[in-house]
Amino acid sequence: MKLSSKEVEYVARLARLEITDNETEKFTAQLNDILGYIDKLNELDTTGVAPMSHAIAVTNAFREDKIIDSIGTDKSLANAPDGRGEFFRVPKVID
Amino acid sequence: MELNQLTIHELQEKIKNGETSAVKITESVFQRIDAVEERVHSYIRLLKDEALVAAAIADENIKKGQIKPLTGIPIALKDIVCTKGIPTTCGSHILHNFIPPYDATVVEKLRDAGAVFVGKANMDEFAMGSSTETSYFGPTRNPWDLERIPGGSSGGSATAVAADECIASIGSDTGGSIRQPAALCGVVGLKPTYGRVSRFGLIAFASSLDQIGPFTKDVEDCAIMMNVLAGFDTKESTSVQAEVPDYCQFIGRDIKGWKIGIPKEYFIEGIDPEVNAAIQKAIGVIEKCGGKCVEISLPHTQYCLAVYYIIAPAEASSNLARYDGVKCGFRTSDARDLLEMYKKTRMHGFGAEVKRRIMIGTYALSAGYYDAYYGKASQVRALIKKDFEEAWKKCDVILTPTTPTPAFKIGEKTDDPLQMYLSDIFTISTNLAGIPGISVPCGFTAAGLPMGVQFLAGHLEEGKLIQIASAYEKNAQIEKRRPKL
Repeated sequence: MKLSSKEVEYVARLARLEITDNETEKFTAQLNDILGYIDKLNELDTTGVAPMSHAIAVTNAFREDKIIDSIGTDKSLANAPDGRGEFFRVPKVID
Repeated sequence: MELNQLTIHELQEKIKNGETSAVKITESVFQRIDAVEERVHSYIRLLKDEALVAAAIADENIKKGQIKPLTGIPIALKDIVCTKGIPTTCGSHILHNFIPPYDATVVEKLRDAGAVFVGKANMDEFAMGSSTETSYFGPTRNPWDLERIPGGSSGGSATAVAADECIASIGSDTGGSIRQPAALCGVVGLKPTYGRVSRFGLIAFASSLDQIGPFTKDVEDCAIMMNVLAGFDTKESTSVQAEVPDYCQFIGRDIKGWKIGIPKEYFIEGIDPEVNAAIQKAIGVIEKCGGKCVEISLPHTQYCLAVYYIIAPAEASSNLARYDGVKCGFRTSDARDLLEMYKKTRMHGFGAEVKRRIMIGTYALSAGYYDAYYGKASQVRALIKKDFEEAWKKCDVILTPTTPTPAFKIGEKTDDPLQMYLSDIFTISTNLAGIPGISVPCGFTAAGLPMGVQFLAGHLEEGKLIQIASAYEKNAQIEKRRPKL
């Protein structure tokens, strides 16, 4: 096993996911299966190969620096589970 | 033939000749939906009232002689493209109540072309899956055998076309999510070049791989849809600024003298014998059309799946970080502080496959592992792209099976994610390289399940794909069957 259940719990914390003990066990086995398969990439020597992040050559797309319509506060807040006035409301962060 | 069974170009003829109306076509589609939807489950949401209003407006335009490429044509939209004022769920609990404040660019373009929207089609949650079984709203069933999966992630878009519950539809393809379900449901599906169709308003899964494309009943309809969908969009930073040809001009042209590459790495052990036989037959048809088939090699093919299962989850883990219970969608009611709210919202809001991919992606991007996983995968991705660049020196188009097997049974692979991932083995390289690919029906198994042949071409060469697919379709004479529902 490459990944221990402790590491799986750590990754879940990084991902802001609460997982049950049952899920920890299941994910540990499944992630190890998948990562074991992915290890096959190490058969390849990639020294000096430039990494590819995009399929096509793209440069930054700038538009003209002009003010255009935006959707506005009301519409931005319309889908919020708890929107009040001009704000997204959340549970308290500090005591 | 009922109106809902016809193609876009057949219906356009009837509309122009005054033989039918948009309202009649739309009614015929909804009659079919009433009859079969309960068994197939193509849709998350139907838009019957809106569709009938749009059809009535289309009829007024027709009377005035204002007929656009899709005037009065009922189209289904995968529930991953944002529709202004109409809930867009992405097949997920976390977005079950999300109502977009704007339309995706493709939605605007289709509406401007006169399309009538039938409904929002079912899909794997956040497009993560190959079977449409991970939808929060329940699985879609293959109309050719209701015990089997339709493919995924755009399963509902594929079955809606195959079962005549719409005339054409829109899907999205990150690793095969248009072509694989098209093959398994017996319809035409095209994934365009990365950047050819705007992704503005497409809910992001893996942004360097995602692309929107059409499902249609034949290749000519595919060309008609691409004429509407393709083009530069200032709202999308990876949109390609290149001229869009009239794709319909490629229909009916011959392919004499074309070189067709047959990559030996795609004819592996484990490929279903009936699929293999159908593909060999397809190669014969292409040769009869005047194409010359040559063996080629894409040496890094065996690494595609491993590269994909780092890149796609890594991008997904970043894209899906925005679903935190603050700005939109579901929020847990059971949290004492902000951190607990995030964690519980995501625990209850996401399904198992989405969580699994967020976990893989987060791990692959985490400190100490980034170079070993994401860095390595990005390097191998460059090698995969180079394989194709070498191939284009030897051939014009590549021919492969779309899938290694016909549709599998519902539940067969849900407990084994790796086996599920392997069903996309022939479609993933296309997304990694950013090139276009099309799946065209190439026959049925003895049990009556459809199969597909896939053609691939270089960047922005969708025209070539339409040309060869149209030549193949015309000469293969694949028996026209309809699923018995």
